[in-house]
Amino acid sequence: MSGTVQCALVQSKPRKGDVPANLAAMRDAFVQLQDAPVDLIVFPEAALTGYFLEGAVYELAFGATELAARVDREWRAAGGDGRRVDVVLGFYEKFGGTYHNSALYVRCGAADGVHVVHVHRKMFLPTYGIFDEERFLTRGRHLGVFETAFGRGAILICEDAWHALMPTVAALKGARLLIVPSASPGRGLCGEDGLESNTRWKTLLASAAAEHGVYVLYCGLTGFEGGKGMSGGTCAFSPHGQLLVSAGPLEPCIVRVALDEAEIEIARATLPLLGDLSAVLPDLWLDDEIPIARRLEEAT
Amino acid sequence: MTLPIVEAKLGEPSLAIDPALTVEWLVAFLRDEMIARRGIERAVLGLSGGIDSAVVAYLCARALGPGNVYAVRLPYRRSSPSSLSDAQTIADALGINLETIEISAAVDGYLQYAPDADARRQGNVMARMRMLVLFDQSARRNALPIGTGNKTERLMGYFTWHADDTPPVNPIGDLFKTQVWALARHLGVPSRVVDKAPSADLEANQTDEGDLGITYAKADRILNLVLLGYRDDAIAARGFTRDEVRLVRGRVDRTHWKRHLPTTALLSSTAINEFYLRPVDL
Repeated sequence: MSGTVQCALVQSKPRKGDVPANLAAMRDAFVQLQDAPVDLIVFPEAALTGYFLEGAVYELAFGATELAARVDREWRAAGGDGRRVDVVLGFYEKFGGTYHNSALYVRCGAADGVHVVHVHRKMFLPTYGIFDEERFLTRGRHLGVFETAFGRGAILICEDAWHALMPTVAALKGARLLIVPSASPGRGLCGEDGLESNTRWKTLLASAAAEHGVYVLYCGLTGFEGGKGMSGGTCAFSPHGQLLVSAGPLEPCIVRVALDEAEIEIARATLPLLGDLSAVLPDLWLDDEIPIARRLEEAT
Repeated sequence: MTLPIVEAKLGEPSLAIDPALTVEWLVAFLRDEMIARRGIERAVLGLSGGIDSAVVAYLCARALGPGNVYAVRLPYRRSSPSSLSDAQTIADALGINLETIEISAAVDGYLQYAPDADARRQGNVMARMRMLVLFDQSARRNALPIGTGNKTERLMGYFTWHADDTPPVNPIGDLFKTQVWALARHLGVPSRVVDKAPSADLEANQTDEGDLGITYAKADRILNLVLLGYRDDAIAARGFTRDEVRLVRGRVDRTHWKRHLPTTALLSSTAINEFYLRPVDL
């Protein structure tokens, strides 16, 4: 980790299913970002295609390596050749014989070529109400923590971050930065901070940041998809749980935020909850009364 | 010492909306669905003089500019003159285009072959004739017909199937009637339009609440609770009679078919919208 890290969160509005147009829009954002220092660029969930694809997901899925090469080409074409940057991008992934809602963490622009650092496959696939992910996709089975531009980090895609255990596990595994690409249809028109769904997001993210002393970067898709308005709301939280910056719900934009390593040390010294959890964790984890399916199967 | 008791009230999910946010959301919706997705910058809508089409006219004017909104009055010979003047007031206030196309001759042209048609059938013929005109006027102006049905009438089945529900884009279909009222006040719809008793104006002295047998204020709260999964006794406990709850739930349960496309016999593993699934906007 290196002191301060400059981040750009691109709240994008893709054209549905139009990958070339969306890659061109990505290049435009890259061009715009050449004028100032940037170490990490984050795009939302399903940023390459739009979110609601139904059966077309099989026609619009990419392999991670292929996609990484395309992102790297766009970065270099935008003027970033020889200038290293890390990019996070949500996409539908073709992985062997299965399809996933994934996010790629790729290192672009370096002299030694493109480097896929990590692929997170969404673990919690919402399949209720307007959501139908598990009908078309396979869920990921692993929450990985990896080296980012800001020390160890983890990616949680949308509903992944709604389960308090996910940020907890990531933090216990050493993550100091949580990156949350999302595609969240806005619901509820009387929230404290506008949309109720965005109010809920901010409550969840602030809580995860403050409890574990981690930075949280949330990048939301925007634009309407068949009447469903993706609610943007791209934002960042400090390790104290403070909202550092927040975008509106409806317009594409680039949100800039600087992450400071020192803030994590201060937050964790002031409120050492993660340390406390590490100490108590064995008692919680090894509790025979927790109904874990595999354990129950073994017992019967 | 006796301690004071602080008792929780029976909660009820709110129907309140932030009208400014709602307008912002719906204007963005119209721009995205019409211009960004379809490349169409003009809207055609039937302006009845009632609150639903008034609100949609205000939203379209904001989203597209008044010059791109083509409102059409579609009176039948029995339609109330006040409906026509209310529509004129709305169009004048917004500066949108307004045209009147009388449907009497077209409707009567068919009804002369259906002398046994009762008021309900006649009303359905008028509603379907109006939609025929709106689609043709849309083709004439390279525009898109915009729907004006609200969530309450959709849930109660209080509309003519394949008529009021036909336009491909509807900005207010997920707003209950009482929410449409709140939006109308925020948008500055003339109070005469906001405050008058809602009516389909298909028959003399007809009112929606008379037809439905319950006020919108009550119906909307019951509908909201029904949709959220509350059982009848839990709904009644929030201040309604059993008959009111049964009336509303009954209308919802009997009209699911009106909120779907026609039922198609499934014969293959490639049946459209059953196996072959693609989103509307791909």
